[in-house]
Amino acid sequence: MNTVENFEIFAPKLIDKRELFSPGHRACQGCGEVLALRLIMKALGEDTVVSNATGCMEIISTAYPHTAWEVPYIHVAFENAAAVGSGVEAGLKALRRKGKIADRYVKSVAIAGDGGTVDIGLQALSGAMERGHDLAFFCLDNEAYMNTGIQRSSATPFMAATTTSPAGKAIKGQRTGKKNVPEIMVAHNIPYVATACPSYPIDLMNKVEKARNTKGPSYVHVFSVCPTGWRGASNETIKLGRMAVETGFFPLYEVEDGKYRLTMEYTEKRRPMEDYLKLQGRFRHLDPADIVKVQALVDKEFRKLMHKVETSVPWSE
Amino acid sequence: MGKRIGMEVGIAAAEAVGLCNIDVAAVYPITPQSHIAEHLSDIVHDGRIDAEFITVESEHSSISACAGASATGARVYTATSSQGLMYMHEVLPIVSAMRLPVVMGNANRAIAGPLNIWNDHSDIMNQRDCGWIVMHAENGQEVIDMTIQSFKIAEHADVMLPTVVNMDGFQLTHMIEPLEFPTQAEVNKFLPDRVPYATLHPDKPVSMGCFNMPEIFTETMKVKDSVLINSKKTIIKIWNEWGKQFGRNYKPVETYKTKGAETLILTVGSMGETASVAVDELKKAGKSVGLVKLRLWRPFPLEELRAAIKGCKTLIVMDRSVTFGGIGGPVATEIKSLIFHDKDRPRIVNYLMGLGGRDVTVEDFITMVERAAKKKDETYEFYGVRE
Repeated sequence: MNTVENFEIFAPKLIDKRELFSPGHRACQGCGEVLALRLIMKALGEDTVVSNATGCMEIISTAYPHTAWEVPYIHVAFENAAAVGSGVEAGLKALRRKGKIADRYVKSVAIAGDGGTVDIGLQALSGAMERGHDLAFFCLDNEAYMNTGIQRSSATPFMAATTTSPAGKAIKGQRTGKKNVPEIMVAHNIPYVATACPSYPIDLMNKVEKARNTKGPSYVHVFSVCPTGWRGASNETIKLGRMAVETGFFPLYEVEDGKYRLTMEYTEKRRPMEDYLKLQGRFRHLDPADIVKVQALVDKEFRKLMHKVETSVPWSE
Repeated sequence: MGKRIGMEVGIAAAEAVGLCNIDVAAVYPITPQSHIAEHLSDIVHDGRIDAEFITVESEHSSISACAGASATGARVYTATSSQGLMYMHEVLPIVSAMRLPVVMGNANRAIAGPLNIWNDHSDIMNQRDCGWIVMHAENGQEVIDMTIQSFKIAEHADVMLPTVVNMDGFQLTHMIEPLEFPTQAEVNKFLPDRVPYATLHPDKPVSMGCFNMPEIFTETMKVKDSVLINSKKTIIKIWNEWGKQFGRNYKPVETYKTKGAETLILTVGSMGETASVAVDELKKAGKSVGLVKLRLWRPFPLEELRAAIKGCKTLIVMDRSVTFGGIGGPVATEIKSLIFHDKDRPRIVNYLMGLGGRDVTVEDFITMVERAAKKKDETYEFYGVRE
């Protein structure tokens, strides 16, 4: 558990010192999402064009006339980052082919939060992935609409309290579990899908690198701890991310050519969900029976994933 | 100059785009625009032009992809209609605020509900305040010419605004007309490569689409307004260049037999042709009638309109859409407010007609003119409605 794999691609010493997402932005203290973004940009490198959805990362980085972006960046609207990224990719491809810009490979990437990916952005994402654009899509999942004030999304976990799934007397928080968007992306038959978390920086950067080098569509779902929205301590962001992985609530895996592989193996018994839940105010209304229900759902999802890890084979075999 | 050939106007619109050396097209099919989408994909798939054709999953994504592609410096085209344009609506004012040139062909069709696939102007009138250059073609030749002109207008350094060329759905898009295409060499001479102001490229990174705090938002809106107003100069300049090269002249407001006419009909789009026949017949019968055709809707050509209607007693405004809630049609409403303080302004009679594909014939125009003479007030009328 917690060992770092794939040293051959990224090692801490070799990570670029330059910041392509520069300091001075307006993210909250302890923001796991902006940490993920910083690492993603380091792994992507400067030959990148970012299409960003409206959301936390957009508003903290681009209050006119300021910008935190050292790479070309465009924000158009909330739900269309994948569509804008498609257009960027097509534009760069055509202009390069026709000799109107430098003959150099530049990666088009789209970045959105969970709302801009799994809810309002799902159609544009599906279209872009299905069309086979050379586009890497990064979902920075902090499990609710944090930018607008912690409203539930379809990425909000079961029983979590948000401002639109409050812990009421009759209904105790979110009534459903997380929508499994990585699985939806696998169903698009795209070459590369992965989950990642900035608590595992090398693993995250390796996956970003793979997504970047994929010729065609790729998708990385990044678990991004939000102390503000989760009612957690801002100095426990990294710990919470680790716990999400250790419990099996958010396993780190990748799907290459249809083959599932855990990048963080579970050699010991998984950590109980209670450890993870009790650090967050959004779960404080849970009684022991509720925790059993949450644990059961996590176990079920984990078994489903493990079945794929054990039985899937590369499509091209 | 090529010879005249018979061709469906929707297909001709795609052929015109094919002459413009576009880099990216992102089009989602919708009746009655679909022939443009189909034929443009033929042109790309047959390798007649070197462009990326993005088969988007929706109009929201087509305009979004156009924004992304235009931001890289590419020459970009899209086409839509009705519900598709409504679906794009959210993104339209963002594209203009970002000063991204995109040329759009819009096959005018009624917006639901109830669902109706036939022609009126409710789709484009609902986009009135999006900050786009909006123009209307009257016939197939104008569709070809204005499509080519629009790339030059939209991309001009003094403009840099998205531009929509409206063509009436079915009434125009599905008509086979005798059309004349400029040669590729002639278009190349008229339309130079795009020289973008800023592009998304790592050689010179820029951030586009930064949000505005209240301290700056009003200023941005003022700039957006003045850029659109000022674009009229460039539009006229480019139309004049076209006239010089091709001998077909374009003006923001076209007039037909208006000299000394007491009553003027004002039309937008393809109904101008029918109205001109009605004017001929009315003139033959001794009536003092002329025709004014509004080609440019945004920026609104106020000076040109004033000059065109000067001296007339009655202006009959034909609106092909409704501003619901008691004020009539959008074209009449705007003209009324714009000339409200003018001395000796004409009485304005407003007909809402030709809605959702309802035919408007020469006889209808004659009836409307005759009935207008008897009207005392300036209220509007749904013409031809069955009570």
